[in-house]
Amino acid sequence: MTGRGLPGEPLGERFRQFRARLEQPNGGGLRRGARRGGSAGPGLVAGEPRPVPPAGFASYYGRPILKAPVWRHDIPAYLFTGGLAAGTALLAAGADLTGRPALRRSGRLVALGAVAASTYFLINDLGRPARFHHMLRVAKPTSPMSMGTWILAAFGPAAGLAAVSEAAPLLPRHGVSGLARRLLPVTGRAAGLAAAVTAPALATYTGVLLADTAMPAWHDAHPDLPFLFAGSALVAGAGAGLVAAPVGQAGPARRLVVAGAVVETLAEHRISRLGLTGEPYRVGPGGRMLRSSRLLLAVGTAGALLGRRSRVLSVLSGAALLASSVLTRFGVFEAGVVSARDPKYTVVPQRERLERQASTSAGGPAAAPGG
Amino acid sequence: MVEIRPAVAVNPAERAGYVDPPPRMGFFTDTSLCIGCKACEVACKEWNLVPVSGLDLLGMSYDNTGALTANSWRHVAFVEQSRPVGWQASAPLAGTPTGAPVGVATAETGAGTVVDTGTDPGVPSAPDPAPAGRMVDGTQFLGMPGTELPGRGDRGGRADLRWLMMSDVCKHCTNAACLDVCPTGSLFRTEFGTVVVQEDICNGCGYCIPACPYGVIDQRRGDGRAWKCTLCYDRTKSGRTPACAQACPTESIQYGELDELRERARARVERLHADGMPEARLYGHDPTDGVGGDGAFFLLLDEPEVYGLPPDPVVTTRDLPRMWRWAGAAALTMAAAAVAAFVGRPS
Amino acid sequence: MAEAHPVGFQWVMEAKERGAKIIHVDPRFTRTSALANSYVPIRAGTDIAFLGGIVHHILENELDFREYVLAYTNAATIVSDDFRDTEELDGLFSGYDPETASYDQRSWQYRGQESNGKNDTVTERESAAGLRHESHGAPISGNTMRDETLQHPNCVYQILRRHYARYTPEMVERVCGVPREKFEEVAKAWTENSGRDRTTMLVYSVGWTQHTVGVQYIRTGAIIQLLLGNMGRPGGGVLALRGHASIQGSTDIPTLFNLLPGYLPMPQHEQHQTFDDWVTAIAHPGQKGFWGNARAYAVNLLKAYWGAAATPENNFCYDHLPRMTGDHGTYQTVFNMIDGKVRGYFLLGQNPAVGSAHGRAQRLGLANLDWLVVRDLFLIESATFWKNSREVETGEIVPERCRTEVFFLPAASHVEKEGTFTQTQRLLQWREKAVDAPGDARSELWFFYHLGRIVRDRLAGSTRPRDRALLELVWDYPTHGPLAEPSAEAVLREINGYEIATRRPLASFTEMRDDGTTLGGCWIYTGVFADGVNQAARRKPGREQSWVAPEWGWAWPANRRMLYNRASADPEGRPWSERKRYVWWDEQAGQWVGEDVPDFERTKPPSYRAPEDATGVAALDGTDPFIMQGDGKGWLYAPVGVLDGPLPTHYEPAESPVRNPLYGQQANPTRKLYRRTDNPTNPSPPQQHSDVFPYVFTVSRLTEHHTAGAMSRMVHHLAELQPEMFVEVSPELAVERGLTHLGWAHMVTSRGLIEARVLVTDRMAPIRLEGRVIHQLWLPYHFGTEGLVRGEPANDLFGATLDPNVLIQESKVATCDVRAGRRPTGPALLDLIADYRRRAGLDGHHPPVVTAAERPGDGADDGTDRKE
Repeated sequence: MTGRGLPGEPLGERFRQFRARLEQPNGGGLRRGARRGGSAGPGLVAGEPRPVPPAGFASYYGRPILKAPVWRHDIPAYLFTGGLAAGTALLAAGADLTGRPALRRSGRLVALGAVAASTYFLINDLGRPARFHHMLRVAKPTSPMSMGTWILAAFGPAAGLAAVSEAAPLLPRHGVSGLARRLLPVTGRAAGLAAAVTAPALATYTGVLLADTAMPAWHDAHPDLPFLFAGSALVAGAGAGLVAAPVGQAGPARRLVVAGAVVETLAEHRISRLGLTGEPYRVGPGGRMLRSSRLLLAVGTAGALLGRRSRVLSVLSGAALLASSVLTRFGVFEAGVVSARDPKYTVVPQRERLERQASTSAGGPAAAPGG
Repeated sequence: MVEIRPAVAVNPAERAGYVDPPPRMGFFTDTSLCIGCKACEVACKEWNLVPVSGLDLLGMSYDNTGALTANSWRHVAFVEQSRPVGWQASAPLAGTPTGAPVGVATAETGAGTVVDTGTDPGVPSAPDPAPAGRMVDGTQFLGMPGTELPGRGDRGGRADLRWLMMSDVCKHCTNAACLDVCPTGSLFRTEFGTVVVQEDICNGCGYCIPACPYGVIDQRRGDGRAWKCTLCYDRTKSGRTPACAQACPTESIQYGELDELRERARARVERLHADGMPEARLYGHDPTDGVGGDGAFFLLLDEPEVYGLPPDPVVTTRDLPRMWRWAGAAALTMAAAAVAAFVGRPS
Repeated sequence: MAEAHPVGFQWVMEAKERGAKIIHVDPRFTRTSALANSYVPIRAGTDIAFLGGIVHHILENELDFREYVLAYTNAATIVSDDFRDTEELDGLFSGYDPETASYDQRSWQYRGQESNGKNDTVTERESAAGLRHESHGAPISGNTMRDETLQHPNCVYQILRRHYARYTPEMVERVCGVPREKFEEVAKAWTENSGRDRTTMLVYSVGWTQHTVGVQYIRTGAIIQLLLGNMGRPGGGVLALRGHASIQGSTDIPTLFNLLPGYLPMPQHEQHQTFDDWVTAIAHPGQKGFWGNARAYAVNLLKAYWGAAATPENNFCYDHLPRMTGDHGTYQTVFNMIDGKVRGYFLLGQNPAVGSAHGRAQRLGLANLDWLVVRDLFLIESATFWKNSREVETGEIVPERCRTEVFFLPAASHVEKEGTFTQTQRLLQWREKAVDAPGDARSELWFFYHLGRIVRDRLAGSTRPRDRALLELVWDYPTHGPLAEPSAEAVLREINGYEIATRRPLASFTEMRDDGTTLGGCWIYTGVFADGVNQAARRKPGREQSWVAPEWGWAWPANRRMLYNRASADPEGRPWSERKRYVWWDEQAGQWVGEDVPDFERTKPPSYRAPEDATGVAALDGTDPFIMQGDGKGWLYAPVGVLDGPLPTHYEPAESPVRNPLYGQQANPTRKLYRRTDNPTNPSPPQQHSDVFPYVFTVSRLTEHHTAGAMSRMVHHLAELQPEMFVEVSPELAVERGLTHLGWAHMVTSRGLIEARVLVTDRMAPIRLEGRVIHQLWLPYHFGTEGLVRGEPANDLFGATLDPNVLIQESKVATCDVRAGRRPTGPALLDLIADYRRRAGLDGHHPPVVTAAERPGDGADDGTDRKE
């Protein structure tokens, strides 16, 4: 008894047509019925050529195995503002110690604005914002978000006090306010230095925040994301300095731009060489944003170096650097989301890992038959 | 602190600080006994007051649930394959005037449907239908000995046919990423070694969702909090069987002490192998795997990804110490750069 | 079974784990097939050909359990010389009358009993007489002639051989499309797993009864099980999986027009003028077997109805009983509604607008009443047809002008009331009330008790004779609670019966007297309240008692878990084998003992031989296990009781794209037809135009929904699991008709048209008959126009053509056409159906009942008999 079809019968030919129609992208006529409710359809992103998946990986109706983050754009925005706050706080502290009042003032004010925005973004993204304070129930080293909350709790007030101290010159010279007018610069410096000490933690823990997930693109980049964000924070902070401070006091900012650009570029280069899980950083929305980010970084850095005497050029390059930093954060965020939405980033690397284990140890992986 | 992967099975409840806790409880879901009745889905929703998860026809065989979500804590997967299964004495459709199978094409169609589960991210459609086809047709990875019985699997007409059914659920990992990363302590380890969300604590930060290596936990829209299987904590506390296992008519879902379930599962697999079903394999039973073994593990008849399970999941916090070290290095680099920038002559 | 009975399927899975082989025969690959060791695809409506092939296989290879067959079946009995078989008459048995399309059964009788046969079976068909035999065989009197060598040309065994001689594996392949290898796989497995040490079980679901030859399907299964010695033995039998909870109960204490409790026939106005006519007709003086006590059962029932008013002098108020005047079945009633002959109608937990065949007729009938009472859990289609139905869309029902006044009364669900369920094993299980019913929802018991009370109050003091039946009813059930809920236990007590003087509950129907000193509402249920204890409420766990678990619930009759279990021992009373011991003769104790209550007179030894003149039970030998049969034998051949032939014969379904390959006779010649223009039948060969409806379709259930969907489509947790009406087609049919997965299609018959989403699946396969490919479609019948999830009712596609024995409609197979895309809407929809009817030549034409062998230009020629 054979299950073969009907050789020579018209059925066979019609069947081939049927199959052919099904094989068309979007299923031809045959798959239209399924497109009810305006589903995204095949392809990661409209307009983006779909990268050919490695042959032979299977998944349950091609649907994601992992759940992508439910975080809205508050989170990448938070990544940026947090970095900006950290960068400017460092800049302000340096300016304070090296006698660059304008750079200090602008740095402290931007830092306060940025950290306030960070806090807003963080709370706004919660499913239950009214329960934000539940974050303060525990301090969990296994939870980067918990750690981040405490870092923010340390940085925020310090940055705030430093910024407030800038109001000293506006106070009357006599009486209590006079006393404040004399004390504020001192406390301001102390607060500014405190903020500067916590700033690097604030800028880099976010790398761990993303890496400590099952999102393949983020997790596999865990050695590099902190550096990427550190560089991006320096670039943003320095960019802000270029915009706000007179060219005369912006020298350190220019040097920071170069340092930040170098760190960021190196980290991004390593990430882009991750292999399959690096793909979302190269193609798709994440790839596009990171490409633009690199372009703006180059332009901004050049502008910063050439614009020593031109305030206009300094402002423009500062803006470019800020934009670059924004795009970096959104690009990295998108890459992680994409790597969750396509099961190939989950299955293929894990499969390859199992094959490797199987070849090395005869013991076999968990998924081997009877294992 | 970060949970270090143990070489042998540990009781996560002890590690979580319970003083001589009760035995660790869990599920053994044996898909070779599943008849796809979905009683588990209904019993779970009824007992736990879980809302409706969408009224859309998905075209994924008889699966109209799609995946585990905040509004579906049990999910029965259905996969139609033109391949034999060990207990069949003969190819089901042998001798009928059939052409080549269409399962691949229909699965690819099913991959494109959408359902509003009332949750985020819920059940998004597939970015690429091809892997759905390979779920049905087999892949290079499925070429392991035994999945095609000798002299069977005629690809011309569709003589062979098998219908895989599997009831998925939260794995209640030994090393649970969702629990580790929860910043509020809402997710906690029960005395039975299970992982439960305290809904009065959860503030919907959503961190547990990308952290789960199985894509289980999910956020309920409007409500904002994360929800998942509690292994019926209220029932287990009072010594009762979780609703799904209670409702399962064929004991495909078995509830009990994990050690005993693992022993039962080992014997079951040996028997199925002896009965000519080499395709039977356990999943999530191994205390040395990437999550330290699951509290809810499975007997599968095909590769895990065919059922929508990751082939080799790893708890992300396993690498957390290293991550902190890298972050520290990055922070120092940043500080150094700042200092360097201000050293040297003032302009 | 896994689809419609997942809870029961756990036992199949347990048996499978213990080595049992599961074989599943179905046109569609279901959840059951997924777990089965062998799946056999088959053309819907050809089961007799398939099972007949097994009978042929058994007889040709002499694989029957000869010792069992000789002693316990009527294989050796000699049949009248006048008998002519379908082999000789091209598909008809002797005695066929084309005028009435029915049989004179005299020539079917055992030799010497010709006078015993019914010569007028029309009345039997009109009253679905076959249903009576659920508790007992048809009457047979006197002694029979036997040839223990089975060589006599007219002994049942030889007749069986000749009858099934042509049901060869090749023929099975030609008729059923079952590949020969598959057939032989099944035949081998079945026969090899039967005998002294092993038994095989045949399980069917009620879909099997929904054919014009439904009774004969089951008869064929019974013949195989008897030949292989699988009846009355553990692990054997023919098991019916009933449609839903307590369907068994609703035939024991019937919701049927032709039966009274305990399968007493409803009196027929001509045949049963007097009480004696009636009981005599049941008891057949001089007949063998337990049915001899019919008079006592009848008296006890009438006493339960009319109590003190029922006296021997007035024949226990026999004249208060209504009489049948013909077919009062559900389909006749629906057509009477359409014709304006019915004024009021009660619907209780039933949704005919979705769940019954010919939905359009059902809804048009409901729309032509004065009043309609619907009691259900939810507002179902049968209560909203007047404003929300296909007919409103087509303008056939105008809500403003629909004359039917609908009273919707919310009903309590099974968890909101107490009472019993009787399941397919005849097991009564008592249910406690779990929660109060919401709002105005009330139990059926509450509704009818208080309705009766109010009606009787209204009639109080009436002197009209016609009201006496109501006024003299015993209507004194105790009530409790704020809602005055009647006591279900009191009702069960009355059903059990008691000694009137002492009110002592009867322990067994053998205690029933015919002098009016005892009463009992249903003789087969007597014992459920033995010793004043509600035996149905027993809940002793299985592990605390024998594996038969006699102390869980209570089974009729007499708490017997397996009928005819004397057959589990050999003629000498010894178990056939240790492995299969169940009930046996204990010489020392001088009685039958075993795991179960013996289905035999406890002290009648195997050696007992009945004297010539004995009647009733005494006339059965110690080796006659089938004590409810007139001759104590299992019937391979049924001389009476089956109206469409003593032996199952393959006829094509009333609608089939295939010419009957076995006989000139195409379909069951005695099938019940309603020849009306609103009930057309699609043409089948040899009629012309059968190609207009080229496809076979069948319907059944999904696990996720329940029957007509009232209890599942309205509930989120169930509705979301199968959220839309769909049709399953094979890839090959999809190609032929351009159907696409998840696209739309509409199915057309001469009655109706419905649309559904398409599931193209490898689980559906076309079948090949002699090179010709037959496509089959499958549809769930759960969907309607109300509820959270909606769809069009599959039953709209069917017409009403019935089995002659039990008047059950053929709603599991018919022909249709299928077209891609959405259906036309409004009046255009009727035009499309009309066009199909025109093309099928269905204006005024009716299908031939008797079909001559093909002749050139053979059209729709009615009633020509080939015997001339």
